Amino acid sequence: MTAFVDLAAVSHMYGGGSGTLAVDDLTLSIGRGEFAAVVGPSGCGKSTLMKLATGLQFPFKGTVAVAGKKVSQPVKIAGMAFQAPTLLPWRTTLENLLLPLEIVQPHRSELRRKRKQYVERAENLLASVGLGGQSEKYPWQLSGGMQMRASLCRALIHEPQLLMLDEPFGALDAFTREELWCVIRDLHATRQITVVLVTHDLREAVFLADRIFVMSARPGKIIAERKVELVRPRELEITFQNEFQGIVQELRDHIVKARQ
Amino acid sequence: MNQRLPIMVRLAPWLFTIALLVIWEASVYIFKIPTFFLPPPTAVAKAFYDYWWPIYNNSLFTLSTTLIGFALAVGFGLLLGLVIGWSRTIYAGIYPLMIGFNAIPKVAVVPILVLWFGIGFVPAVLTAFLISFFPIVVNVATGLATIEPELEDVLKALGASKLDIMRKVGIPRSLPYFFGSLKVAITLAFVGSVISESIASNYGIGNLMLQAQAQFQVPLIFAGLVALAIEGIVMYWAMAVLERRMTGWAQRSGFAQG
Repeated sequence: MTAFVDLAAVSHMYGGGSGTLAVDDLTLSIGRGEFAAVVGPSGCGKSTLMKLATGLQFPFKGTVAVAGKKVSQPVKIAGMAFQAPTLLPWRTTLENLLLPLEIVQPHRSELRRKRKQYVERAENLLASVGLGGQSEKYPWQLSGGMQMRASLCRALIHEPQLLMLDEPFGALDAFTREELWCVIRDLHATRQITVVLVTHDLREAVFLADRIFVMSARPGKIIAERKVELVRPRELEITFQNEFQGIVQELRDHIVKARQ
Repeated sequence: MNQRLPIMVRLAPWLFTIALLVIWEASVYIFKIPTFFLPPPTAVAKAFYDYWWPIYNNSLFTLSTTLIGFALAVGFGLLLGLVIGWSRTIYAGIYPLMIGFNAIPKVAVVPILVLWFGIGFVPAVLTAFLISFFPIVVNVATGLATIEPELEDVLKALGASKLDIMRKVGIPRSLPYFFGSLKVAITLAFVGSVISESIASNYGIGNLMLQAQAQFQVPLIFAGLVALAIEGIVMYWAMAVLERRMTGWAQRSGFAQG
């Protein structure tokens, strides 16, 4: 399997050469189409990893490559979603979805001509996450879970090959969270995209990912890597099985050690 | 938005105003306050009626200096706010200057303006401008400065330029702040023009009140105040309507309205 996202011996710090290290000697590679999860204690540099992989930050040492190319500018084939849905309150859900297309090339120059086609794409995407018929609503008319779904759609509208999720469900209640796990699971299965999920929820990581990386406390580095070979498609019931819980337990032990 | 309000809530502004006037009138009679000290509302109304022509003319003068000064403040404030929000360096450079400038009481600037431009129209316009642009600048810059960093990341990762982020997010985002600041700014603009008129002008409500004071026509002074209050309320209301029209999305909460 060729690496799609490849970080080699990456060290990074904020605030120039004098700051503290956020990540140190970080090496990981994620295959094309793979679902990877990164877990770790809080403040371990998970978000730095996201910024490095999308080209918002460039490493102080080491190299980052995405899709075989060294990252030297923002990675436009990536879509991102965060814990906060960050939808624009003055735009309807549909208009929020079209925002990335107003920015990223080649869609930007084609938007006026192909608007109808793009609107259709947005409507389909909304329907696929269970938001059919909500496109004319404003974000504040949607519940938290619905806003998160819309935010996911915004991350996917330009059909990225890489989806980066930074604790996307942290602010949701447990039931909504599990619903959205299934939404993500299905999006990954149907679209064949590479997903990197940063989370502190171990059950979430085990349920969704093919491979899980455990990061140490700051400065972050990978201290363990665990393949999850639970058969797909996975249903929520597997979270109660022994094998599932065994993996969660194992990851937990790593994290407990990492915090010491 | 108003049609569902209970009748008492809708009548409340009128009832409270009438109550204030009645209490005022009654106090003047009960405590036998002389008219040259505090005229009752009826005397003020009579002065308003007797002198309606000079009041009307001078009100128009004050209104025009205020509005021109305010318009300058809106243009300049918007521009400066955008520039400050755009660049951290410019922000760091200008902000202390702005604070220092804002700290100067504008009354103290009027003599200089008179020195440069003579008395009358121009100093009144400029004082209105100087006093009212600061809140506009600060509010526009605040709107720009409070863009969520996550959203900025999402857009930057798509290759958005700074101009893109400003156009798509920054400017729409700062509009509620901007329109909100107009309500403060228009009120301040009246303060500025009236200050300048009372110091250095032959026209305007400020000047009218000064002359009335010199002639001891106390009800006329109060009539001038009422004229200013009416102008201020009308302009404030106009700004509030504009704000609601332009940025209805930001005022979805029933809290402030209810």
